[in-house]
Amino acid sequence: MVGEEYRRWEGDMEALYVYTAGVAGDRFFREIRDNERLMGTYCPECDVTYLPPRLYCETCFSELNEWEEIPNKGRVDAITVAYVDDKGERLARPKVLAMVRFLGANGGLIHVVDLPEEDVYRGMEVEVVYLPRGLRKGSFLDILHFKAI
Amino acid sequence: MGRKWRGTPLTAADIAEGRVATAEWRPEAKYAWSAGESIGRFLEELQEGHLVGRKCDVDDTVFFPPRSFCQEHFVRAGEFVRLKNTGKVETYSVSYLDTDARRLEEPVYVGVISIDGAAEGMGFMHFLGEVEEKDLAIGMRVKAVWKPKKERMGAVTDILYFKPV
Amino acid sequence: MRKVAVIGAGMTLFRRRLLETGKEMCFQAVQMALEEAGLELKDVDAVVSGSAPDAFDGVHMKGEYLLDGAGGVRKPYMRVFTGGGTACFSPIAGWWHVASGLADVVLVVNEEKMSSITPHPQYAFANIWDPILDRPLKPNLVWIFAMEMNRYMTVYGIEKADIARVAVKNKRNAVDHPAAQLADPNITVDDVLNSEVMAWPVQRLDISPPSDGASALVLASEDVARQVSETPVWISGVGWCIDSTMWTNRDLSFPEYLARAAQQAYGMAKIENPRKEVDVVEPYDPFDYKELHHLEGLLLADKGEAPILTREGVTQRDGELPTCPSGGLMGVGNPIAATMGIKTGEIYWQLAGKAGRRQVPGSPQVGVCQAWGDLMQFSSVMVMRA
Repeated sequence: MVGEEYRRWEGDMEALYVYTAGVAGDRFFREIRDNERLMGTYCPECDVTYLPPRLYCETCFSELNEWEEIPNKGRVDAITVAYVDDKGERLARPKVLAMVRFLGANGGLIHVVDLPEEDVYRGMEVEVVYLPRGLRKGSFLDILHFKAI
Repeated sequence: MGRKWRGTPLTAADIAEGRVATAEWRPEAKYAWSAGESIGRFLEELQEGHLVGRKCDVDDTVFFPPRSFCQEHFVRAGEFVRLKNTGKVETYSVSYLDTDARRLEEPVYVGVISIDGAAEGMGFMHFLGEVEEKDLAIGMRVKAVWKPKKERMGAVTDILYFKPV
Repeated sequence: MRKVAVIGAGMTLFRRRLLETGKEMCFQAVQMALEEAGLELKDVDAVVSGSAPDAFDGVHMKGEYLLDGAGGVRKPYMRVFTGGGTACFSPIAGWWHVASGLADVVLVVNEEKMSSITPHPQYAFANIWDPILDRPLKPNLVWIFAMEMNRYMTVYGIEKADIARVAVKNKRNAVDHPAAQLADPNITVDDVLNSEVMAWPVQRLDISPPSDGASALVLASEDVARQVSETPVWISGVGWCIDSTMWTNRDLSFPEYLARAAQQAYGMAKIENPRKEVDVVEPYDPFDYKELHHLEGLLLADKGEAPILTREGVTQRDGELPTCPSGGLMGVGNPIAATMGIKTGEIYWQLAGKAGRRQVPGSPQVGVCQAWGDLMQFSSVMVMRA
């Protein structure tokens, strides 16, 4: 029956998901919202600081209760430029996204860089720019973007 | 015993009122499921006002709903067979729940109806109608009530419900 | 095949909503299980993750997502999935890792976070139905259980009150479970019979609740188990079986697939007369009638006899065949795959003599746990010995 119209049935899988940020995530986002700072959790056993913070060390499995402020200065480790949005529609202006690593932290954050494509390079120093206090809701989008230092 | 039973309970209000950090997501995927050979034919026949099964050539078992292979003998199924519009209620429920778990004012009667001419006990799920709740019974004989022909679209809902005979 | 023991179990609280992410729940359950086993993550050779549909958590490829919280980073790791049957199937997958000689210590970690899907988990259950044959009727998953329950009641002439006794027993048993979500020391048969009708014959108090939760087990080879544990509990038989997905083509009054799974497990465990030899049982009880259905499928009662045994008190914690001494899904909660903690986990605690206030009397020596799932077509069974 190749080439013939085939009988099909159309539908969707409708749902709205509400994810809790969790024990570690809740404090992480609260610190961003209330104190404009990035906090990680430290594992004394393995001498590792996790960013984003985790409740446990994935290597030794101890529970992590020590929180450390991460300096608001990082380095671009990887870059991509998006020309289409998440629906595949062409963007009016390309969007530069970077994976930024922070000194002393294991992990990193991915976000938009507020610069034209040609001005962003691996190794450049950037810092986190937050939304104004009243607009912050305790989510990752409380971070507006990275900007060059 | 020094076991630690852990977990941090939340109320619905903790989430609704933003007392804890959350993130939301609404998937938007649309699906188109291919009906395949046997169910494709089943839907076509429904549109014409017929129930159809399909036979296993090894032992003449008639499957309903039809399928393209025999799960017992693992051979390709044989001929399609038109069945009667009648059958038997194998089981049923009186449901006050809709598909989204909301409460219905008036319950719907739903059952598994095995179809005459198909192998013993081979049926499908459908509604029961033109019947009082107190008269519903496992084993009752029923008959399909069809939508008017021009409203049929090749779907199980081309049958409105089954009613007692 | 090598002998395999359970040497530790852990679980989180079961609740409608927990703050913890799925990973964090896994971590808490694993930490508790490792503590009981006296081992650390570095002692673990492999990890088995078990979880039901991704659609509840709202994370695709949940096995990979849960990995770090389950302790699987940089280790052999796999996810198994048989719907609700995962609760006793992932321990079977853990068993074959050790029995085969592939690993000496295996962590089994099950998780479900059903609160993520809103407004109700029914939105995920809706997608279990056949999209062409069933979904156009706008079904609710409770329908199939209601229809199975009705068929079971009608074929064997069972009274609703005798089914309600299961809900009462399990919700009362759950009072002694520290993780319980729906324990009720005062519930009566009338409360169940007078509760709101959802889909007749299913009423509100016949159903277990949706829950968030995680559970974990530590399995070990004989050498390791004898070194580190004073109370290893041996896995002496496993079985599993699945019937056709065409549920409208099957007689729902008896779970034939479960009888086959049970026979496989009893054969391996050299159990000839399960009714005489089994001391304690944790059948899967997402609905009260399912405990009865499953006792019959497990060949621990004749067809239609389980309600009578329940009425006579045989299945009480101090009865001849203690059934769901944990409080079961009906009382402790139903985070689908994570109910491993009150099935395999509970039988481990019972046979190790570590069940605390839930301990059944008389030092039970042989226990059976069972889970059920997919589209009411699958069962997994495990026989364990002290």
